[in-house]
Amino acid sequence: MSNAITIISGVFIITGALAIIIGLIGVFRMPDFYTKLHAASVIDTMGTMLIIVGLMLYSGFNLVSVKLLLIMIFILITTPTAAHALAKSALHGGLEPVLNKNKS
Amino acid sequence: MLDRNKCYHIASLFISLAILWLLLSGHYTLLITSLGLLSVLFVTLISLRMNLLPFDQPETFFRFMKYIPYGFWLVLEILKSNIDVCKRILNPRLPISPRWVTIKASQNSEFAKIVYANSITLTPGTISIDVEDENIDVHALSDIGVEGLEAGDMDKKVSQAEQAYV
Amino acid sequence: MFEVATYLILFAMSLALISAIIGKTVYEKILAVNIFGTVTVLFIALFGFLTERPEFLDIALVYALINFIATIAILKFFEYGDMGRSSHINDEADI
Repeated sequence: MSNAITIISGVFIITGALAIIIGLIGVFRMPDFYTKLHAASVIDTMGTMLIIVGLMLYSGFNLVSVKLLLIMIFILITTPTAAHALAKSALHGGLEPVLNKNKS
Repeated sequence: MLDRNKCYHIASLFISLAILWLLLSGHYTLLITSLGLLSVLFVTLISLRMNLLPFDQPETFFRFMKYIPYGFWLVLEILKSNIDVCKRILNPRLPISPRWVTIKASQNSEFAKIVYANSITLTPGTISIDVEDENIDVHALSDIGVEGLEAGDMDKKVSQAEQAYV
Repeated sequence: MFEVATYLILFAMSLALISAIIGKTVYEKILAVNIFGTVTVLFIALFGFLTERPEFLDIALVYALINFIATIAILKFFEYGDMGRSSHINDEADI
């Protein structure tokens, strides 16, 4: 039983690490700053949630998992704020977004 | 000077900080607990002196709990749009079509609008850039994200969570 | 299992550093540093479990706080030229 939980948490953690690497590949491939922000939010949500849920499954229900939950909630609240501040100050700084002309 | 509303705000801040301290500490002897209680009291006094408590808003710290069911729904949405964005990144042709749209926020309170704008940013594929009175400027990675926002599912869910009574 | 995840995360951290070095504008560099911080928080948490010392989680929590504040402070500095004492005059200096 506990062996199965260890395997499940390992799958969660490694999927999360792969999600982080996918997000960084996105940061390298995207053409301009605003689209890079979308790739970065994959890291902030999917990577964080999968790794921390995996660690919570591994540690069981005690004070350690409560601390992990606090870290996850904190990251999920602050990273959209930082992304919003980055986008807003880039717009103020005169960085124009590259838009798709024929659709909009 | 100290009316009911202010008392509720101060008490909810104090109790939330005390719970946070108890969860983070893990040591429960008499000396350590009394030192923790002192520091919680000190932080409450400092935030009173710095005018950090939102006295003009009706929401205290405890009422934030009414957004928890919305949070579970949001996690599912985040997973769905994450898979979509990951597919787009790994596709060799990079099928993106960035768009800039303005959408309506139908919430009443400031805090619910902040929750809505932050949820838009948290969902990969859409980023809220500017919030004016009722309009939110959104930069979207693809047409699917724009369609999801214009259908207004998330807007409705935030409004329902705002009107729920705890 | 933790070893594999730790190596993957270290690889991701080096990718984030490369992206911070080759970024064209200052905003792309700040974005890369922000990603580096988020990944570092996860790395510290994983490292605590790898060495079986979950006390590392406290450090991870504090690092998450510092990372957010550093991003906002650098952005404010580049946008307004100082750390923004004048929030009474200019409302937008708040973030």
